[in-house]
Amino acid sequence: MPLDKPYLDVPGTTIFDAEQSRKGYALNQFCMSLMKAENRDRFKADERAYLDEWPMTEAQKEAVLARDLNRCIALGGNIYFLAKIGATDGRSFQQMAGSMTGMTEAEYRDMMVGGGRSVEGNRKVGEDGDAQAHRQPQGRQLPKEGA
Amino acid sequence: MARISASVYTSHVPAIGAAIDLGKTTEAYWQPLFKGYEFSKQWMLSHRPDVIFLVYNDHATAFSLDMIPTFAIGTAARYQPADEGWGPRPVPEVVGHPELASHIAQSVIQDDFDLTIVNKMDVDHGLTVPLNLLCGSPQAWPCPVIPFAVNVVQYPVPSGRRCFNLGQAIRKAVESYDEPLNVQIWGTGGMSHQLQGPRAGLINKDWDNRFLDRLIADPAGLAALPHIDYVREAGSEGIELVMWLIARGAMADVAGGPKPTVAHRFYHVPASNTAVGHLILENPQ
Repeated sequence: MPLDKPYLDVPGTTIFDAEQSRKGYALNQFCMSLMKAENRDRFKADERAYLDEWPMTEAQKEAVLARDLNRCIALGGNIYFLAKIGATDGRSFQQMAGSMTGMTEAEYRDMMVGGGRSVEGNRKVGEDGDAQAHRQPQGRQLPKEGA
Repeated sequence: MARISASVYTSHVPAIGAAIDLGKTTEAYWQPLFKGYEFSKQWMLSHRPDVIFLVYNDHATAFSLDMIPTFAIGTAARYQPADEGWGPRPVPEVVGHPELASHIAQSVIQDDFDLTIVNKMDVDHGLTVPLNLLCGSPQAWPCPVIPFAVNVVQYPVPSGRRCFNLGQAIRKAVESYDEPLNVQIWGTGGMSHQLQGPRAGLINKDWDNRFLDRLIADPAGLAALPHIDYVREAGSEGIELVMWLIARGAMADVAGGPKPTVAHRFYHVPASNTAVGHLILENPQ
């Protein structure tokens, strides 16, 4: 009998469950390694070489190099682990979270100061809220190729 | 005998720690938030406990994906503030209470809650930010702290019901400890927030305030809320709120005693990506 996963229809959201965790083990453990200053230095000196020391997939390595956090999460990353990359880059949690929405940093900050993103239309896939796939990317940025 | 005198609930946003560490607490952005804790700091001075039992979650700091304990109790004598990637926070080391912690572990495990016992770990912002919010920035924290880490990183996290029942077992354990200690239990994390994906930035003030109402008046009913309601309504990281039910389950009324008194209630949006909620509930003497 399949496991009950009632969270799969929440738009713009990936729940870090056992399946995601299994996919992302090496990616997340690479992130953990960045909690040591010497590893941060080695990573910054040659990102590709440092990533090649880890049994990650090529897609995971490319997502890290591109700092594409949505892609990292799709490939098994978890935000609390990925935050170590942000810390290495000197970025705050707000900058990291905002980068996944397509909004500019200022747009995202203004949304938060204005009370945050509304849950209306964003509870289930198929509604019309701003986090739904058909309204991505958000903000005024030009759509990225292939996004 | 030891007793639980009060429970404290608060969010533990890392940016709050950064604001404290960088001296930004009087800036326009942060001032309303810290104002909401002024009462609490005074209250802590007049209601200083002997021990704080602090329920929080580790954010991929002490626990990587190598080991993911659902419930972990710290029985060490001391804990150092962790380097979470930005360098360790400049806050005092956390002094533990190994005797009471071991006593609680033994009692709670015998009550069928399979705790992981931790004798060595660093503590992250999940634990130190609540201490700052309630105690300010002293040279040393005012009392020993028992860290109690709950997995809310990898799904499934423990259910609200499980957390609420665990709180009851913790109360029983504390009350069977011979020394007459005044113990506070703190539940931290939340409120609504989502840190990932195109839905990042979600805040649900109505839901959060209903959660606070029910935590005060109908905790058993609130404990029945399924995970999916937290995720859908309060964001993927809003699930941290199950930890508040551990603290609430340890209050006297749940075991047939008198209702708690609401000493303080505060709610503010935003702190970085997050809605901040805060409650102090006192057990009548």
